[in-house]
Amino acid sequence: MRPCFKLLSDALIDQIIAEGLGLLMDPGVRVHNAEALELLAAAGAPVDLDAQIAHIPEELVRRALETAPSEFHLYDLDGEPVVHYGGDSVQFDPGSAAITILDSKTQQQRPAVTNDFVDFVKLVETLPQLDAQSTAIICSDVPEEVGDLYRLYLALNYMRKPIVTGAFRKDTWWTMKELLETVAGGQQELVARPIAIFDVCPSPPLLWSDLTCQNMIDCARHRIPSELVSMPLAGATAPVTVAGAVVQHTAECMSGVTICQLAQEGAPIVWGGSPAAFDMREGTTPMGAVGTWLIDGAYTEVGKALGMPTHAYLGMTDAKVVDAQCGLESAGGTLIAALAGVNMVSGAGMMDFESCQSYEKLVIDAEIIGMAKRLIAGVDPREDPIALTLMRELGHRADYLAQPHTLRWFSHEQVLPSSVIDRKSLDGWKRQGAKTAWERAGDRVRELLAGYQPTSMSDDMRAELRAITQQAAQRFGLGELPPLPEA
Amino acid sequence: MSNTLLPEITDALVACDAASAVALTQQALASGLEPLTIIKQGLVPGIEQVGERFQAGEYFLPQMVIAAKAMQQAMAVLEPELQARQQRVDSAGVVVIGTVKGDIHEIGKSLVATMMSASGFQVHDLGVDVPSQVFVHKVRETNADLVGLSALLTTTMTAQREVLRALEESGIRDRVRVILGGAPVTPEWADSIGADGYADDAVGAVQLSKRLLG
Repeated sequence: MRPCFKLLSDALIDQIIAEGLGLLMDPGVRVHNAEALELLAAAGAPVDLDAQIAHIPEELVRRALETAPSEFHLYDLDGEPVVHYGGDSVQFDPGSAAITILDSKTQQQRPAVTNDFVDFVKLVETLPQLDAQSTAIICSDVPEEVGDLYRLYLALNYMRKPIVTGAFRKDTWWTMKELLETVAGGQQELVARPIAIFDVCPSPPLLWSDLTCQNMIDCARHRIPSELVSMPLAGATAPVTVAGAVVQHTAECMSGVTICQLAQEGAPIVWGGSPAAFDMREGTTPMGAVGTWLIDGAYTEVGKALGMPTHAYLGMTDAKVVDAQCGLESAGGTLIAALAGVNMVSGAGMMDFESCQSYEKLVIDAEIIGMAKRLIAGVDPREDPIALTLMRELGHRADYLAQPHTLRWFSHEQVLPSSVIDRKSLDGWKRQGAKTAWERAGDRVRELLAGYQPTSMSDDMRAELRAITQQAAQRFGLGELPPLPEA
Repeated sequence: MSNTLLPEITDALVACDAASAVALTQQALASGLEPLTIIKQGLVPGIEQVGERFQAGEYFLPQMVIAAKAMQQAMAVLEPELQARQQRVDSAGVVVIGTVKGDIHEIGKSLVATMMSASGFQVHDLGVDVPSQVFVHKVRETNADLVGLSALLTTTMTAQREVLRALEESGIRDRVRVILGGAPVTPEWADSIGADGYADDAVGAVQLSKRLLG
């Protein structure tokens, strides 16, 4: 039996949905995108074109929630459906769009460059606990204008797992689509077996900016999955109560699903977010606060009640180094996400709110994710009778290590940690150099990178991806792309 | 009785009670107290105590913001009386602040504006997604001493450089100090684009501004 975790009563879920629907009519949603306003107006929503505000009636929202798929898959580059959005499936990808990397030598943050992100992608490939890649790091060695598509270009050269991504501009989305179609083998192939999902982010409170709204519409029209990242900041841009922040989240997500489905009925879209309980002393957006986890867990329940696939940014830390705070916050958020049944949990590796990625944190987080997945797998009798026959056979002998029953089940029952987790005797630990978790994580990073196997992508396809990216980069004054590091 | 009104105004601010602060300010005026006395002996000690309690970790941002707003409302009551007497409060400096073009992030910028206002600066908040020329125009119009530029995204940080260029091209860059804020902004970035400083929170922005204009 899977452990259950429930934050909201059915009555509270109903009230949250009712209030969310109420907000969509009054005061309505600010939509700074002409195409979306046209779609909404054509569908019968009262739209104030001058104020760019749409008042979305309940029946439009209900219809959109009906036509949005309740589940779909992302595929790996070998064409296997490896990520399932829907039901209570729980999968993990790294937190995305970090602007710095925590330097392994200095333990200081520095701007990330091409090599950093390539190593990061390789590392994610080698960690079985991570189900998908993300465009996790923005590289500072290319112009900001192509930062989004360049990350995708790099990742595609080194990954097999599907990828969570996003565009920073309206025009770069098209180049990103071209890159994905090239790898998938064509437009129809990408629709049939999507390998990527785009994050689209409304701005709190109740605003769709032109850029992200257009990205969502373009994704829908091409049946490329998109993932809503609604981010109420409780106490600053949203009500301070957990339930109040979830009301705002519900309204923003319902407006997103509606616009998406008006653009293309049946287009896959995910109920997700990156909320935070605003820090009342520092004015920051803590990802490691229990208040943040509660908002995530609660909106996930609302999304499931509406039949939507779900996503959340969880498993991150606000710590600046890989220390005790880093571990406790990452573990707390990851366990809550798993128990809540969030389909895609973004956050591994990420620290300092959502601004820094760390290789060492990533491999530690992989251990946490392994534990979380085991936790929700729950307790299984495995055999019937569970133990009666076995224990009667052994009588009072403590000889279980030698039993076939042990051999049969130990690796299913236990999570077998990597060397990142220390379970040696004190003497054994000292003999191995008395290393801290940070040092053991560093060893593990080097070991995993050394074992990375290049993908089987053909040289022709690599050249085609480079040509597409090079052409886009030239529009923004970059003469030659940085060289691709050795696979 | 009027001699208890000033400490009561102070207490109302410390209690974040805007309605009482305004009502007591009106009573104080009616009782014949001078506007400048009300400010110096009633309101300013109150907002200073709130600041001290925040620094001590006893108060949090909601108390700071609500007390600052209460102070602004009480000042609005006193403003016509000051004008009638041709008096004015010494300003710590005139500040133009906004979030740069392409960026709609508001919280950090508004927090800085509120804190600076409560610290005696005369603040003109231009809001979010502000084009460079609007900054230039406002600096000219208000004869500002300082410009605060906020950007939360790596993709919009570059617009901070655009504002500096626009001030340069208009020939007024030498007249103002320019400070930067926002999550991706670093002291190195501020240096590289020729800004005068960078602060990573609202309290830091106030300290930096006082230092630059002091």
